[in-house]
Amino acid sequence: MALPQPNQTATEERLTSLTMPDAGCTRKAREAALSRVREMGLPGRRDEYWKYTRPDTLVSAEAPPAAVFHNDEPMLFSEFDRLKIVFVDGVFSPDASDELELEGVKIDRLEDICCKDIHWAKELYGVLEARGQKPVQRPLAALNTAFATDGVAIHVTGKPSKPISLIYRHESETSDAILHHIVRVETDAEVTILENGPAASRFNKCMEIDIADGGTLHHIRAQGRDHQRRAATHMFTRMGSEAVYKSFTLTVNGVLTRNEQVVELTGDDAVAHVSGACVGDGDFHHDDTVFITHDAVNCESRQVFKKVLRNGATGVFQGKILVKEGAQKTDGYQISQSLLLDDDSQFLAKPELEIYADDVACSHGSTSGAIDETALFYLRSRGVPTEDATDMLTLAFLAEAVEEIEDEDLADVIVSRLKDWLARRR
Amino acid sequence: MLEINNLHVKLEEEEKEILKGVDLKVEAGKVHAIMGPNGSGKSTLSYVLSGRDGYEVTQGSATLDGNDLLELEPEERAAAGLFLAFQYPVEIPGVGNMTFLRTAVNAQRKARGEEELSAAEFLKDIRAKAKALKIDADMLKRPVNVGFSGGEKKRNEILQMAMLEPKMCILDETDSGLDVDAMKLVSEGVNALRDEGRSFLVITHYQRLLDHIKPDVVHIMADGQIVKSGGPELALEVEHNGYGDILAEVN
Repeated sequence: MALPQPNQTATEERLTSLTMPDAGCTRKAREAALSRVREMGLPGRRDEYWKYTRPDTLVSAEAPPAAVFHNDEPMLFSEFDRLKIVFVDGVFSPDASDELELEGVKIDRLEDICCKDIHWAKELYGVLEARGQKPVQRPLAALNTAFATDGVAIHVTGKPSKPISLIYRHESETSDAILHHIVRVETDAEVTILENGPAASRFNKCMEIDIADGGTLHHIRAQGRDHQRRAATHMFTRMGSEAVYKSFTLTVNGVLTRNEQVVELTGDDAVAHVSGACVGDGDFHHDDTVFITHDAVNCESRQVFKKVLRNGATGVFQGKILVKEGAQKTDGYQISQSLLLDDDSQFLAKPELEIYADDVACSHGSTSGAIDETALFYLRSRGVPTEDATDMLTLAFLAEAVEEIEDEDLADVIVSRLKDWLARRR
Repeated sequence: MLEINNLHVKLEEEEKEILKGVDLKVEAGKVHAIMGPNGSGKSTLSYVLSGRDGYEVTQGSATLDGNDLLELEPEERAAAGLFLAFQYPVEIPGVGNMTFLRTAVNAQRKARGEEELSAAEFLKDIRAKAKALKIDADMLKRPVNVGFSGGEKKRNEILQMAMLEPKMCILDETDSGLDVDAMKLVSEGVNALRDEGRSFLVITHYQRLLDHIKPDVVHIMADGQIVKSGGPELALEVEHNGYGDILAEVN
């Protein structure tokens, strides 16, 4: 007998507000995803996995409005040569985007994968999301699979000469966007994917990434400055032997952000690094939820998350390393740290290790602290004014996460955004 | 240069008085040494002069060229020309040594209304000064003091002093943790900075540092006061007989 879901009413209300696109070959995957949503129910306050983050505004039938933030600053990564794919409030904009042509990669819009008979895409859509529902349920990702209205399928067969840049503009105060991207990186292929922009008033984004043996994916993301925006994102990554996945996220604003990363290392000698830096001020709530499964021998995973919080901002980290039986020689590392710039802010962390193999090295650590007074005095005693010294120490705190970005030029623009944030808050 | 009158200091959190009326006058171009047993208040004096939190001045004054030091923030004291070489230099992960020094040099110049040094000027200056202290390019790039040996940390303090060109240098047990060769190197660095416009206050337990950095005046500090002052021979007396005789004589 099926038990009634505690959140059934809210789930049905949300489902009524959505229409499943008429999407041909993904129809089956979408319907299966819808059944998963109904079975699981959308997250509610009592769900253990949502203990530190209230999901109400992420599951409500209507998206809470969010003012569009205007400024004259060029958007991030503007100075980089890249292939631009632009979405405005969750709708692909052919005019703002480049031609989707680049050597070593094939890019199609989600709605075209059926008519073009793109097999890999049909076989990936919703698959990693469905795998990622165990052992922890992620109903918002299933909702995304069922109702995504746009997105791209990126097939990487070589080493494209420039990054693929997904740009998310926010222009409507009431937009409620659901995007779903799928990425397949073939054997020995390598690509960098950039994502930036506030996207919508409420943004539900899912990316499924399948990296074949020896493939490499670099992912660098910055979530836009529109303060009132809300976002729930999922990245599902499956990795073959010697595959490499390195993902970094910068968040400098947003009233509510929940970023989930679900990584499955299924081939030997694979390397996965997920990291993030966030800086929050006031009614800022930022949640990094990471689940890394080691299911092969001699793999390495790293999680490095740093949060700077002030004026009542909240940071959340839930990170898990699951080492399955037989995943010997696993090297798992996890660190989550917060720098609290006042007494009103809070950091809630739940680091977890679950290990079923006996020859592994796994470590995790989580700390929360204020600016180091001794270091501050040392800098001031050399003539550095207090505010500058505090900024130096704040950037130094974030550095360990930013250093996870391999490309120095990209790391530099991330640092300059962090400096801008500090300067704005003087 | 530096003038301290009847300085009384207690810990902010406790009632315990640590400095009990220190009087000291260091003239321009002179090297003064302060010696004294553990717990006599030598390091406290250096911290209070540089503006560290946690201490409360209950009485007395300290001025640098007539400026009331006690009214200034630590960074303002630095810009006014005061420098403290720390007994335990602080490790700062994530802040590059070179970046830190350039920020400090230019912050001080800015505070004094001077033009900031360009990257090229700064680089030229620091390379020459680092070379004299046998500090290699790698140490300049590394985070401040992180992974430095005891000797490297102290040399790094002297490099900062050379770059910041302060008027009044306080060396707090700069000899602690140094082997003979390192002490020689550090002393040479200090001696190279001796100048008629620059004064030093050298705090040490041992006479041997003063073999290398020759003081003009030696003070003995005990129980929060300067109990005896004299020439360099006073340091030799301490070396031979310990503090016992001097303290007995004073009492």
